[in-house]
Amino acid sequence: MHEIFVGTRYKFMAKRKYFYALSLALTLMTIISLVAHHGPRKSVDFTGGNVMTVSFNPPAKVDDVREAVEKEHLESAEVQMAEENSQAIIRFRAAGQDSINVFNRFQAQMNTKNVTTTFRSMESVGPKIGKELEQKAMLAILWSQLLILVYIAWRFRRWSFGLGAVIALFHDVMIALGVLSIFNREISLTVIAAFLTISGYSVNDTIVVFDRIRENIGLLRRMTFAEVIDKSVNQTLSRTVLTSGLTLLSVISLFFLGGPVIHDFALALLVGFIVGTYSSIFIASAIGMDLSNWWVRRKARAEARTTKATVAAGS
Amino acid sequence: MTNLRIKWALFIFTVLLFGWYLLPTIRFYQLPSDDPNALKVPAAAESTMTSGNVPNPNQPPSLTSNPPPGLTPTTPGETPGALDQAANPTGHWRGSADPAVAKLRENAMKLGLDLQGGAYLVYEVDLSKIPAKDRKGDEVDRAIEIIRNRVDQFGVAEPLIQKQGQTRIVVQLPGETDPARAKALIGKTARLEFRLVKTRQELFQALAKIDQVVAQGGIAQDSAFADTSAVDSLIAGKNPFSGLFQASQNDAGFVYCPAENLDKAKAYLRRIQPDASRPAVLPGSTILLWGERAFGSRSGNPGQYLYAVSAASDLTGEHVADAQVSFGLEPARPNAAGISLTFDKRGSAIFTRLTGNNVGRQLAIVLDNTVKSAPSIRDKIRGGRASITGIDTDVEAKDLGIVLRAGALPTDLTLQAESTVGASLGADSIHKGILASVVGFLAIAAFMVIYYQMSGSLSVLALILNVFYLVATLGMLRGTLTLPGIAGIALTIGMAVDTNVLILERIREELRGGKTVRGAVEAGYSRAFTTILDTHSTTLISAVVLFQFGTGPIKGFATTLMIGLVANLFCAVFFTRLVYDSMMARRQLEKLSI
Repeated sequence: MHEIFVGTRYKFMAKRKYFYALSLALTLMTIISLVAHHGPRKSVDFTGGNVMTVSFNPPAKVDDVREAVEKEHLESAEVQMAEENSQAIIRFRAAGQDSINVFNRFQAQMNTKNVTTTFRSMESVGPKIGKELEQKAMLAILWSQLLILVYIAWRFRRWSFGLGAVIALFHDVMIALGVLSIFNREISLTVIAAFLTISGYSVNDTIVVFDRIRENIGLLRRMTFAEVIDKSVNQTLSRTVLTSGLTLLSVISLFFLGGPVIHDFALALLVGFIVGTYSSIFIASAIGMDLSNWWVRRKARAEARTTKATVAAGS
Repeated sequence: MTNLRIKWALFIFTVLLFGWYLLPTIRFYQLPSDDPNALKVPAAAESTMTSGNVPNPNQPPSLTSNPPPGLTPTTPGETPGALDQAANPTGHWRGSADPAVAKLRENAMKLGLDLQGGAYLVYEVDLSKIPAKDRKGDEVDRAIEIIRNRVDQFGVAEPLIQKQGQTRIVVQLPGETDPARAKALIGKTARLEFRLVKTRQELFQALAKIDQVVAQGGIAQDSAFADTSAVDSLIAGKNPFSGLFQASQNDAGFVYCPAENLDKAKAYLRRIQPDASRPAVLPGSTILLWGERAFGSRSGNPGQYLYAVSAASDLTGEHVADAQVSFGLEPARPNAAGISLTFDKRGSAIFTRLTGNNVGRQLAIVLDNTVKSAPSIRDKIRGGRASITGIDTDVEAKDLGIVLRAGALPTDLTLQAESTVGASLGADSIHKGILASVVGFLAIAAFMVIYYQMSGSLSVLALILNVFYLVATLGMLRGTLTLPGIAGIALTIGMAVDTNVLILERIREELRGGKTVRGAVEAGYSRAFTTILDTHSTTLISAVVLFQFGTGPIKGFATTLMIGLVANLFCAVFFTRLVYDSMMARRQLEKLSI
């Protein structure tokens, strides 16, 4: 029988300050990168504009492509070569331009350089629709987090744990966003879908741990809260590592083999899943515990105050 | 035992049921994706004859009651029929019109536009162009109906035309190889009007009015002219606008604008009518409309004619009963395609009266505020036929026939967003998506078998079943597989692995705790189940939200994820448990290969 991470007794809770520090540092990195890049780099899905992808046979010279694009006099045109110069992604703004005609003229230009150009795709979004999509995406993220918070709070009868899970998944999405921002990747609708998937997945991981905590609280009444959590995280560690590893296998395969269209999607998932696993082991339950301890202490203090008050009143 | 038998029967029933729904998908995608006959490009339809008087090239063609013999009436379905057939031949391929194939196509899982190539167009219905009192509230629905008619006649397999929100129309054209043509066809308002051309005197009155407006209005704010010196000298002249034109020789209500003056003339005209779709009414209830292109364009000068026509339209496309492509309508271009119009009863009465009362004048045939042609009325025309000429290509004529038959849109449409994927990228994406899924799956399967041995193999079987149910359900719902959908399947596999690992790890734990195999399996499943329910619920929440807010491809991702989650509960919980139970029902297991 092959086994990994069985019978471990790591003291996660005792070291939680280090993990908080690490998470804060990663979140800070995200914020710095976002500030440095003037916010997330939005794709045409949100800003409006056009993206045309074409492929070349034989591979084209960058300068030739740029020259052909410049002849079009497109507003804020931008050329990005891909797949060893056998493809190009051309972004531009063009009010009222017929996008297909743009391709036809571009193709004719490239023909003069003895390069055959094939149409791959064209995406055009008007600014009005872009705005709407952005709002929808924000709403989708907010709603899913809210509903997950409510669900966990309901299932575990503790707001502290619901909050712990949501803070952890927010942290996961933030760091995924940060990594995309550092690599200067675009945030498109598909990447938003990846973020929502990360949310679902991260919560999934966290819930497995929480479920164990709930189960153990009933069984191990002699242990402290921190000890129960440590035991629960350790007990689920083999499962967490195994499934994360296996899910990562499919994401890695998507990342390397899925092609350029879902490359950013897979990158976001890759980062999100790794961070999601980390946060469900080291962060989510720690926050849940600290929040509920804080809550208990506050209540105790409030009770102590009222007791004092009644004692004082009684004497 | 009987309990197990019932469960096995239920399991086999679902496999058969879903297999039945999967069948059309498998059979459909075994067909070749391209038309095997597609290489045979239909020869350009030949024109039938050439005859008739040689016209003066500077004079618009004339409108006569008797078209040259042998030309009209076009037998409906003859020439256009040949073109139609080329777009939709029968035979056994995926796009075939063959009823058996069509049925298969209907019942098979569809490929999204991102996988098979196609155009996704979002139009906004511009209600602001309709005066409030004329709005009937059903403009968007009417527009959808008309677009559907046009697209159907265009011959696209499985178009999808939907209303989105209040004023938006989403058109999805799978596999469309010529998006430019499709867009021209859908977006064309196609308002056909017949307007009498004004006299030369009325034309000059209208031009003088614009001269006046331009001279008073100055030019400063018009960014179209950087070179103000040229403009100033023009304004200084008495006829800044009309000076740009050359009068025609005969006494007709149109003038010719040479190519070099076109930009200026159009900019001046915008001064008085900022929106070209709403021409300003000038003195003498005249409106000015540009011609399609100069008749002289073929002789090298791409100038344009400007017509003064009556502000009231005398007859509109509403009364067109049929519009067919026919050839040889223009004696000067015997091979050129044109459109033969047939009016309905009322339309033909109006047309007869109109032509009878205005013999000798010109009648402008106006499409979307552009004068297509302006033939002279030679005599009263009975029989309710007219033709549109001055069309460049056969394809253009065919498409014009389609839009005229389908009717005019209630108002203009503006293209808000478009996403077009070429077939090559689509094929690439399928390839890569499937490759990535298969490699990911194999890696997972290998690990599961090595790490969990027999139990792991059972999990792999459950994974395969999961994908089987997922794809079959997509077929059953007549759903669409998109590239994000493939990613959704990859993710479902991930989730399914998780469920299996959760159960197996729990069973191992119980075994370590000293339970018997039967006890460990029972405890493992029941303890893991709460967790599985929770993880599935939260992922389902994300998927539902995604479905609710997402558009197009993202919906595809959410759909596969939702189906996959439900399928997973069945495969990973019900099916695998059933196998363990059956193994233990026969004999007491001492050891479990896990």
